[in-house]
Amino acid sequence: MSVRLFLAQRLTALILAPLVLVHLGVIIYAVRSGLSAEEILGRTRGSLGWALFYGGFAVAVAAHGAIGLRTVILEWGGLRPGLATAVAWAAALILLALGLRGVWAVTAGGGL
Amino acid sequence: MTALDELEIRVWRGAADGHYQVFRAPRRANQTVLDVVSWIQREADPSLSYRFACRVGVCGSCAMTVNGKPRWTCRTHITKVAKDGRLTIAPLRNLPVIRDLACDMAPFFEKWRRARGRFEAAISRDDPLVPISPDSLERRAADAAVECINCAVCHAACDVVGWRPDYLGPAALNRAWVAWNDLRDRDRSAVLRAANAGAGCGNCHSHQSCAEHCPVEINPTRSIAGLKRAGLLALLRGSL
Repeated sequence: MSVRLFLAQRLTALILAPLVLVHLGVIIYAVRSGLSAEEILGRTRGSLGWALFYGGFAVAVAAHGAIGLRTVILEWGGLRPGLATAVAWAAALILLALGLRGVWAVTAGGGL
Repeated sequence: MTALDELEIRVWRGAADGHYQVFRAPRRANQTVLDVVSWIQREADPSLSYRFACRVGVCGSCAMTVNGKPRWTCRTHITKVAKDGRLTIAPLRNLPVIRDLACDMAPFFEKWRRARGRFEAAISRDDPLVPISPDSLERRAADAAVECINCAVCHAACDVVGWRPDYLGPAALNRAWVAWNDLRDRDRSAVLRAANAGAGCGNCHSHQSCAEHCPVEINPTRSIAGLKRAGLLALLRGSL
């Protein structure tokens, strides 16, 4: 792993740690009086704050997960570094697209 | 159970596609694993291939896998590893097997070269000596890592080397850490670049098997952590 990837994975981990804690806290808070789509969407629709929160979450997950996946592929899959990097980029783009689509759906109400 | 005065030893024979052969050797009151291997070669099968030189833990050439763990066979007493009288002896892991218990060490030393683990002087022998304080941070860091004698026990113990054969491994990176901390070197940033390359220190998972098995109690994981730290700082300063 190059030092740039090493740095990117540590930085995204630093970003994800508080985001995951807030996410888990919101889950516990949100289900205290039953869980409904209306309640969730009522909190997130039109909210720039939640859009930035989960948008940042999706970007950090895509980068962090793909770098980790590249390491697993290299160590356990025996792939050449170039091929492992290509697979990791594909995984990153898929994770990013799925994540941002979800954020778009619950904050802007858009469907793709 | 084996008889009290006898050892049952499974010894690896052949190259990578070889097999274990069982030998029986007399058990002595004071006996190392290397003594047993030597007894087999001299008394039971002269065709057994293995490597040793000093017999006293100085040269680092007799390392083998003893009951699943990499060890110096000359410094491993039988009473420590064969309480039930049984031993399994194999060549070191993570290196090509030439024959029986002898490994090809060339890939191991090639990694030292790739990690730029050699000293390159900034001055000639005609120049005055550069004073290095024994108390300086760099000197103390180098002191903690410099006693490596290249036995490859840590290389054999490292799971990441097993998964990624191109990974530089704990011994080469520990050597690079010494070179990085040697202020007399003419191009220390070249050491840092080599150690932080794609197959370099960033791949270490800090399992610490290297430190656990090192016969001279060096901690290569700590050296690798130092290289990661130095590499990150150099990257952030734009000097990597």
